[in-house]
Formats: sequence, C-alpha cells, structure tokens
Amino acid sequence: MNRFDYLRAADIPEAVRQGAGEHVAFLAGGTNLIDLMKESVERPRELVDINRLPLRDITEMPDGSLRLGALVTNADTAYDDRVASRYPLLSSAILAGASPQLRNAATNGGNLNQRTRCVYFYDVQTPCNIRSPLLGCCAFGGVYRYNAIRGSSPEWIATHPSDMCVALAALSAVVRVTGPEGDRAIPFEDYHRLPGDEPWRDNTLKPGELVTSIDLPAEGFAQNYTYLKLRDRLSYAFALVSVAVAMRLEEGRIAEVRIALGGVAHKPWRRPQAEEAMRNEQPGRQVFERASEALLEGAVGQGENDFKIPLARKAILRALSQAAAGTPQSQTDKRIA
Amino acid sequence: MDAFAKVGIGTPLPRVDGVDKVTGRARYAAEYALPDLLYGVAVPSRIAKGRITGIDDALARQVPGVVEVLTHENRPSEAWFNRSWKDELDIPGEPFKALHDEKILFAGQPVALVLAETFEAARYASTLVQVSYEEEAHNVDFQASLAEKFEPSKKRSSFQPPKNRGDAGAAFTRSEVKVDAEYHLATEHHNPMEMHATTVEWHGEGKITVYDKTQGSQGVQSFLASAFGFSKSDVRVVNAYVGGAFGSGLRPQWQVQVATLAAKHMKRSVRVVMTRQQMFTHAHRPECTMSIRLGADSSGKLNAVITDATTSTSRFEDNMEDIVIWGMMNYASPNAMGTYAIAPRDTYTSADMRAPGAATGMTLFEIAMDELAYAARVDPLELRMINYSEVDAMNGTPFTSKALREAYREGAARFGWERRSPEPRSMKEGRELIGWGMATGMWDAMFSKTSASAKLSANGHLEVACATSDIGTGTYTVMALVAADTLGLPPEQITARLGDSSLPTSPVEGGSWAAASSGAAVQLACQSVAKKLLKAADKVEGRPLGGASLDEVVFADGRITLKSDAGKSVGVIEAMRAAELAVIEEEETASSGISGLVSMARKSRNTHSAIFCEVRVDEELGQVRVTRIVNAVAAGRIINPKTARSQILGGVVMGIGMALHEETFADKKLGRWMNHNLAEYHVPAHADVEAIDVIFVDEHDPEVTPLGVKGVGEIGIVGTAAAVANAIYHATGKRIRSLPITIDRLME
Repeated sequence: MNRFDYLRAADIPEAVRQGAGEHVAFLAGGTNLIDLMKESVERPRELVDINRLPLRDITEMPDGSLRLGALVTNADTAYDDRVASRYPLLSSAILAGASPQLRNAATNGGNLNQRTRCVYFYDVQTPCNIRSPLLGCCAFGGVYRYNAIRGSSPEWIATHPSDMCVALAALSAVVRVTGPEGDRAIPFEDYHRLPGDEPWRDNTLKPGELVTSIDLPAEGFAQNYTYLKLRDRLSYAFALVSVAVAMRLEEGRIAEVRIALGGVAHKPWRRPQAEEAMRNEQPGRQVFERASEALLEGAVGQGENDFKIPLARKAILRALSQAAAGTPQSQTDKRIA
Repeated sequence: MDAFAKVGIGTPLPRVDGVDKVTGRARYAAEYALPDLLYGVAVPSRIAKGRITGIDDALARQVPGVVEVLTHENRPSEAWFNRSWKDELDIPGEPFKALHDEKILFAGQPVALVLAETFEAARYASTLVQVSYEEEAHNVDFQASLAEKFEPSKKRSSFQPPKNRGDAGAAFTRSEVKVDAEYHLATEHHNPMEMHATTVEWHGEGKITVYDKTQGSQGVQSFLASAFGFSKSDVRVVNAYVGGAFGSGLRPQWQVQVATLAAKHMKRSVRVVMTRQQMFTHAHRPECTMSIRLGADSSGKLNAVITDATTSTSRFEDNMEDIVIWGMMNYASPNAMGTYAIAPRDTYTSADMRAPGAATGMTLFEIAMDELAYAARVDPLELRMINYSEVDAMNGTPFTSKALREAYREGAARFGWERRSPEPRSMKEGRELIGWGMATGMWDAMFSKTSASAKLSANGHLEVACATSDIGTGTYTVMALVAADTLGLPPEQITARLGDSSLPTSPVEGGSWAAASSGAAVQLACQSVAKKLLKAADKVEGRPLGGASLDEVVFADGRITLKSDAGKSVGVIEAMRAAELAVIEEEETASSGISGLVSMARKSRNTHSAIFCEVRVDEELGQVRVTRIVNAVAAGRIINPKTARSQILGGVVMGIGMALHEETFADKKLGRWMNHNLAEYHVPAHADVEAIDVIFVDEHDPEVTPLGVKGVGEIGIVGTAAAVANAIYHATGKRIRSLPITIDRLME
C-alpha cells in the first residue's frame, strides 16, 4: 500500500476543493478502493473521505423520480420500501451482487465506480493497460474466462463487474455529479464508457468530479421486470452473464422494453435498436430471439469465453420470458424461474 | 441418570475450544503480540523460471521504519546439504529453500524479505524493491508437461505401488461391456481460512519460540534446527490453534523459513504473514489426468480394470500420490493393472490436500464405474454390489473391517434410491432436470506411534497433553473425551493441551490418523493414572473398595466405584487426599506393538463410504444445484459424533467444490496462477450447499487401531464429486469427465 494523505471533507464544496488535483481519490464505503490500494493497484496520494457529506438520503422528487443519495448503502437502497416497490428490478440486481456484509458497507456512488475484476488488473506483477497505460494487455489470449465478448482488441476485454449498474442502465437512471466546473447530470448510458484508446478510463467523470446522486425516472417497470444472473457458483461470484429486463405491457403487447447485459462488455450493454424493434409486438419466442440476436450482434469470444455468447443468448430469452410473464427471478430461491 | 452414566467416547460433545475460538481468546500464529516485533513482507518473483540478476533495494531502505531487506545475498548462513532441509514427508528431490540463491523456480517465489518496525512500512517498502531477472523458458501447462512425464526411480516413501493381477489387457479386449475414457481433475489450492503465518520470538543466545501455522510442531522444530543451525532444544514450536490447513501445513512452508532466517539475522522477533495471493505460491493439489478402461460381462461383473494416471509435480521435487490403486483395491475384478507417472512443471511442488490420491483417483474411478453401469444397463448401486469385494482385491488381504455393504444399504434407504428412475433425463420438475447419482469412497485407516501425558491434580483437575495438532478437526475435544471416558471425570475438569513441540511426541497431524493415535496415547496415559489412583484409593479410611483391582471398578462421575456394589465408592479428590498426593503424572506411548505390526502385514485397514446425491439442473443455462447428499460412512468407532459429523460435512462441501467450482487457472505465457484470490477462486458458498445427511454405520473393529477408531478427516471428500458428476449425467445425459463441471463444460 502506498503512503497517502487522508482528508475528511465536511461538506460538498470542501470535498470538491480537496478532490481537485492529481492522484486524489474519494473514499466512500471503500469496499473496492481499499482492496485495490492494498494490492497497490490504486495508488492515490490523497484520499478524501466523503462519508460525512449529506448524501445519505433517498428522496422523492417533484417530477416523480426517486433520488438515491450517493452515500446510501447498497443494502439500504435495496431494502428501501420505495425502491423495493417501485423499482424492484434495482433491488433485485443489488441483492444479486456481493454479500450482505459488502452491501452493508458499499455505497451507490461507489458501486458505479468499482473497477473491473479482470485477474490481470488485480495482479500488479502483470502488465495491464487499464492499471498502467501503455504496458499492454495480457488478458488477451490469457485467462479470459470472465472477460468481455464485445470487441476483439486488447483494449476491449475487461468487463464492468457491477450488478446494480446493469439494472440502472435498464432503468435509464441519471447520474448527478458535482465538480470544479459545477453540477451536471449524466444519462446512465453515457456514464460508463467503452475503452477506446483510453482503457484506463472507466467513466466520463471529469477530474475532481464527485457523484452526488442517482436519479431514477418515475417509470419503474414494477410489474414486468427481472434480473437474471448466471455465475460460477450460486452466490458471491461476479456474473459470467447477467440480464436486466424492464418491460411495460399494454393490452398484451410490449409498449416499452429495456434490456441491459452485464458481464459482456466494459459497461452495461444496451442496444436501443433491439428494444425499439420489440415495441408493439406480442411477447413470444420469435420476438425474444430477434432481440437476443440484435443484442449480441458482433459479439466475439476468445476461446475460453466463447461459451458466453450462447449463454448470453439463452439468458436473454429466459429473462425476457420471466419479465413478460411477471415471474421475476428470485435472488434467494436459486432455482431459475 | 444411570449411576455409571458418563461423558466419554461416543458422547456428542461440543468443541471444548469453541468458546475460546468465538471469543478470540484462541490465538493463531499471527496473533502473538511481542515487544520489539519486526514485520516481514516478502517480495514475490515476477517470473516463473530463471535467475535473479540484481536487486535494487535502495528505495525500500529509505522508507522510515525499514531496518533490513533480506535476500539470498545477505542472508545468514544455513545448511548446505539437501538432507538437512528434509521434512517429515521426505519428498524426493531438492527441497525448496527460500532466499537461498539466485535461482527462480516458480512465480511468486519470495526473492526478498523487507523487515520494518511496522507492517505498513514493510508492505509499502516491499513494493519498491526492484528485482531484475534473466528469464528462462518455463512451462506451467499440465497438458504440455505430459511430454516430460516419468516414473521416478526414487519413490516417495508413502507411495503404494499398484500391484497388477491377471492379464488385464487381454481380459479387457474380450470383455462384452467396455468403458474406455480419459478423466481429468483441475489444479486446486487448499485455501484454508487462516493464511500461513509465523511469529518468531527471539529469546537471545540462539533460543527461539516459533508460533507457526503448521500441522506438526515437532516436524517444524526439527526442520528449523537442521536447516538453520539451531540446537533442537533451543527451538520450541507452538501451533496451539490452526485455522484449517487441509494438508497445506504438512510441510514447513516458506514463511517459517524466511521468518526464522530474519530473526536469526536481526536477533529480533519477526512476524511474516502470507497474503491470500501468496497462499497460491506453495501447496496445491496436483492436476491429474487418468485414463480408465473397464471391461465387464453383460451382467456388469468386472473382468478388467486398467488405469493409467499422471499427476503434476514441480521441477525440483517428485511428489507422488496414490491415484490408481483405489479401484484396484475396492472391486473384485480378476484382472487389474495400474500405471502411474508424474509430470514436472515450473510451479511449486504439488502437495497433499485432503485425501490426497483418493480424492482424485477414487473420484475419477467412480465416474468410470457409473459409465459402466449405464453401459451394462445395471443400476449403479447394484453394479457396486455385483463387484463387491470382501477383501482388499489388490493386495489379496482381508480388511480388519469393511461395513461398506451396510453403508450402501443405509445410505440408499435414507436417500430413497429405490425410487430412482434408471434412464437419464427421466426425472424432471418444472424446468429442472433431476438427477440421482452415487459413488463409493475409500481412505486409509492409519495409526502412528504417539505419546501423551496425563496429570491429575489433588483438586481433581486433569490435564492431558500431546504434541499433536488440531487444525479445526476437533482433536482437543477428542482428547478430552477419551480422558473423560477413561478416568470418569467431567470434561469441565479436563484440560487438553496440544500444538506445542515441548509436549509428548507426536507425528505431524494428517492422513486422518490423529484421533486414533493421540486418542490411544491419551487413553494409555490416563489408564496409568487410573492405576496409581486406585492405589491411592486404598489409603482411604475403611478401604471402601477393599483392594479391588482395575477390572473390578468403574471410573465415573469423579469416583471409583465397585462394579459389584454401586454403594461402595471413593471420590477422586478423596483418594488423592488420603494418599497425600499433589499430582499423579504419567506419560505413555501408543504404538502398534508386535501384534499390531503383524496385523498390519496381514490385513488392510480402510474407511469406506457410500455417497448419494441429487442435483437439479437448468440445462438451458447450465446451472446445477446440489439439493441433497447422503454420505454413509463406515469408519469404525466414532469418538465424538458431533465433531465427526462436522468433518464429513466439511469433506462433502469440499467435494461439491471439487465437482463444480474449484480450479486454479494458470497464465501459460506468464507462468503464474491468475485467479489467486477468493473472489475468483471459487469454493462453495452457502447457497451452493443444501441438505447433507451424514450416517455413521456401525462398525466394530477392535483390530484396526487400539481404540477401534479409523479417523474421519478425509473420507467425506472421497467420491463425493463423483456422486455429483454421476447425478449430473443422470439428470442431463451429459457425461462430463473433467472436473470441475462449470457452466461452459456443461454447455459443450
């Protein structure tokens, strides 16, 4: 672990002031950051503890949206009555991830900003583009089982590990941030970024910016939704593939649907064309198959993770059936609905 | 309550060390607080093979608090000859010597130890040590290493060579029903909860106390004395509590080497704790490939068993396991042949991990037996009965006992096996295919010469002691129960001590022999105390026992009572007072004796088990749930049904992991294990473990060991993964011969 200065911000303006500059990291729940610091993967010189900031509330907004404070823990979010009843997809996805202990400590803002679980990223004795730009990537052609099926270049192989974010993508949440240049709202699909030629940048936050809340639009898809996560054991493992579906049915037809995939790309994966094509269709096998084809178009495996493509296809079909039937996947009964 | 009712052998007693463990009073190797302690953090090798060409520690030394960077260039002197580095297991080859020279033998090998006044300073400075290497070509890929496989001329001493019988090749050729397939088990790492750790307390003048995570304090004592030039009497090793080991603590691991070197160099106390990542730089279960050919007649009766296996070892030691013998011993085939080789790769040496050899070889063999059952269209359980052998079919010797038939019957009855529909894919509920599979388990029932002492004080308190270890298995409780049984004292009045090299002699704890061996030694020592106590009782006024002999009395409820007249008794404290004794202290050694040695030559000694498993498979998505396991175990006498059951439960859970989860992935280019943490190296989570039913079958066997105890630490894992794999076949019709059965393998 590197040596670092520890600062504690009393309020948001102070946090923004302290957060300006190079090699500064905000500390919230610390469930990922501290691990990474112990492994010398993250080496901030300054740690700004934001736990005293007033970002611990879940608030109903006048426009019908629900504001999740950045410092509300994952557990408090998942079990909040308003979230559980109006946005059960989000509760379900949160409860599919990590363990109760981690969810009790991890915060909503931190969940967004967790780093990839690529085994090379975590091992500082191996080169990794994400950890240390320009060193190259050895995951490409190495231990690849958990890595992405989107894109066929070394820059594209890490996955974003969050379950919560897959649901937030499907719910079209908005991330509110503040920073040296003021406040702004980032649509969820623009928050995480594809690696491109800067694989070390996971998201579109500008230097010094701090997540203050996640806003959930009024439409919560509480009737027809599911979060289906497939992994190497039945709990406490990152997704090989996960699918969040948020669907609104009107008179037996799909009025609206959002589908987000986890475990396949550097960010929760959505294809608006695939969703659009389902509009006004009756839910059914053919429609679902077309959607899965569209979602997985261009997916490429690298040998060890080839299985993720057919697995994702089947998972999409199952998840769409679960959502359409109003029988969402339970996160406690491990039988797949 | 019966007048003679007592807590003793057979009483389900909660762990006597349980409260100490849950309250934190139990101290583990890394938890001994010492004044002026130095903290050591190891710098791991980046490369898998080659040599160190330079170490630049200048930056590390500038970190405040850092006092030394120990490397092969500045370490204190140590033994030169390989024989001085041999441990109790005596693996042929050149034992690994940490910080010995510039050679790199495996990735993660410690190349420097940063010593600092605080752990934080040592850890930070360890990241600043710059090491340059000259790399050599390496191979960590097991499949590639098979090109170099060989049968070592010098065998590991515990190795049991397969004994061939008949003409298996010819018999196989003419068999009506055949199975001929290749099976595989992935590399697994032990991953006990507690990381390997050592705290060396420096007393001055070359005297040290070493708190070490090990399964054998006296083995480590001898090793440290011989490798690092200490007088054996100046080295005391303590392992009072061990947070699991599974075999990873059978040999001294590198942390005890570097911690002791550092203490000697600095003349100060030193602590070194491995990180979870570093736990992947030493012991691991070898990867195994096994070809199995079974030939049978149309009824399923075996004519031929041909097994050929290779397991992985390192480039510097020839570790061997007994892989191919289990099927040859367990089944009555007139023709059987086994061959075995090892293949070297550039990793640390593979090591014993819970039921080494059997957990791999019997499991893979039992998958092949399941294939034979379908090929011959015989129920899998019936197939085992058809080929049941009353004797050890490989050695031709009878067993001291073998209640496997009863285990099959009781296990099948509890499971409801007779309701099984024989065809694969024939049982379904909702979307899930249901599969029922079974397998057989077999392990050795071993006994090792062990000493123990018993000290009875005037206040009726008894202390029993033995240098054996309790790696979470329940040895403390077993010792207390045997003592309670022998002297009729309540467990609250008994203290069991173990895990200290200064206590009476014991071998390293392993192989499931500790309960049988230390239990027998405790019993002997307590019997000697009983003799003296009976003499003392004779001093009680009025001689209520009338000079009765040991056979004529019962020790119970803290009293000695005449068998013939329950009204006549003497209290233990009363007897001590009458004889004016402060203590009675005896030490005894339990050994096989001549009759035991004769018995060992003439009879085979094994535990047996029958495992039945139900899985539910969502075939489309490759998800397997293990919903029910019944494991019926024939293990002789059970000293403590409560902790024994826990051992079987733990073995079964580990078997589920072997079947579905555990696999260490290597990067072949880099030559290193990559999923070296518990997030990516998967063992079963709670959600993966549902109903487990443990049955101990009655098995009276006074011959196997002095107490009639066979040991239960390992049998629970043997065959369990096969029962899971066979259940998956029954559910899906997919035969997967490579463990673990992960989603991708099930989807293929």
